[in-house]
Amino acid sequence: MSQSMIDLLASGTWETLYMTIVSTAIAYVIGIPVGVILYITAENGIRRNRVVNITVGVIVNILRSVPFLILLVAILPFTRAVVGTTIGSTATIVPLVVAAAPYVARMVESSLKEIDAGVIEASRAMGSSAWQMITKVFLPEAKPALLVGGTISLATILSYSAMAGFVGGGGLGAIAINYGYYRYQSDVMLITVALLVVIVQIFQEGGLKLVSKVDKRLR
Amino acid sequence: MIELKDLYKTFKTSKEEVSAVRDVNLTINDGDIFGIIGFSGAGKSTLVRCINLLERPTSGQVIINGVDLMRLSRKELRAARKKIGMIFQQFNLLAQRTVEANVRYPLEIDGVKRADADARVAELLELVDLSDKAKAYPSQLSGGQKQRVAIARALASRPEIILCDEATSALDPITTRSILALLKRLNEQLGVTIVVITHEMRVVEQICDKVAVMSAGEIKEEGAVHDVFLNPQSETAKRLIEPEAHEGLPEGVAENTLRLAFTGDESGAPVISDMTVQCNTMVNILSANTENIGGKSFGQMLIELPPDADERQRILDYLDTRGIHYEKGGDA
Repeated sequence: MSQSMIDLLASGTWETLYMTIVSTAIAYVIGIPVGVILYITAENGIRRNRVVNITVGVIVNILRSVPFLILLVAILPFTRAVVGTTIGSTATIVPLVVAAAPYVARMVESSLKEIDAGVIEASRAMGSSAWQMITKVFLPEAKPALLVGGTISLATILSYSAMAGFVGGGGLGAIAINYGYYRYQSDVMLITVALLVVIVQIFQEGGLKLVSKVDKRLR
Repeated sequence: MIELKDLYKTFKTSKEEVSAVRDVNLTINDGDIFGIIGFSGAGKSTLVRCINLLERPTSGQVIINGVDLMRLSRKELRAARKKIGMIFQQFNLLAQRTVEANVRYPLEIDGVKRADADARVAELLELVDLSDKAKAYPSQLSGGQKQRVAIARALASRPEIILCDEATSALDPITTRSILALLKRLNEQLGVTIVVITHEMRVVEQICDKVAVMSAGEIKEEGAVHDVFLNPQSETAKRLIEPEAHEGLPEGVAENTLRLAFTGDESGAPVISDMTVQCNTMVNILSANTENIGGKSFGQMLIELPPDADERQRILDYLDTRGIHYEKGGDA
């Protein structure tokens, strides 16, 4: 394989990691508050509010049900408004965040639902405010589940980022499409797929190692 | 002082209404250890949750030191709850925090400075005898140790009241005794009022001054533990106090056996020893199930009478004189 191809794959890997990690991070910045809102406004939540719960829930569901490629194209004007372009890795981050944030919100919500009801009752009995419960009980107690969710989210967002290669996104997905698919270079195709598999494996294993280190329940 | 007035709590499900607490009126004085006893489903856990408004009563008043909690704003209620500690059957510790961080939690949410909080935590862990476990996580502790942490946590904000919801029901008998002894000690040392919810008579017996007997959401009777034990009025109280005494003799017991029932009315004298001496005879104790409650014996004993008819008669006369209730085998 030529040196230029190796350089291309290296920069593609870097672009993929950049898109995935930055998108996941921003998706969590949005997804955690939204997930917390879904959780505390639910039927048995500490700030039950049907209107908010249903409204936010419906928006999340709509965004989640639009196929990623269609979402990507549909929000091109929005993408241009935010980052000034619709091509390249940075432009891909916008639709990735829009697609991933609702997914992350549901992931956060379901992690919070696993918290022991007795612990929540105890913190209410101690006179905690809603904010104190969120920051000192809900999120810390759900930390292991949140990290597992983060690992899963990373892998999902990685696969989305590869899809963005079809419409001018960067990274390994674009290389697989431009060289592997359009130019019939199946060796390039195989290598990019292998690289994607390795990246997912690293995320997965690293994530689970971190969880077992962080979780204080299983000793 | 805790005053519950005309308290009702009704749970609505889609199909039916369940009244968990019905027309409860109770006064619990400062410094008391007050037991609320009843079988499962009697509504006692709901009642205790009404005291700190974890469950908001459907109607009635919850008055603590003259303040009706039902009228407080959310913020005022939070402040009031800080003066009411609570411990639970399942301990409910924060699993991701160390022991010391669990005990520190109430201080954190109260805005206590870190250095002051740490000093208070050390003091509390000393009090519950767990200083060596400060850095441990709840998963590394035994049930009894977890409950001690929960007690330390409940005491952190210097509450005037501690609510115990089946606090010893998940613990073995020996650990139960030590936790109850700790609660008793805290009551004596700190003067904290303790409300104990339990289905176990021995818990009430070991630490409570007063007791209320609950069944089907209602208080059936209440009074000093001593009085309720000696002279239970309600059916529920009788069943809780002497479950076996109502069962009578087992089937097929031989004619020469006698069941003695001790209901606490007897003097403290050693009945059986005295009887054998007085009647100049011997008896064989087949089984005994008695308990010492408030210095009085409760329970029953199955004894085998001697073959001699005179000796038997002397024993029966003796029991009559002493006023001990008995039942002969083959009577039924």
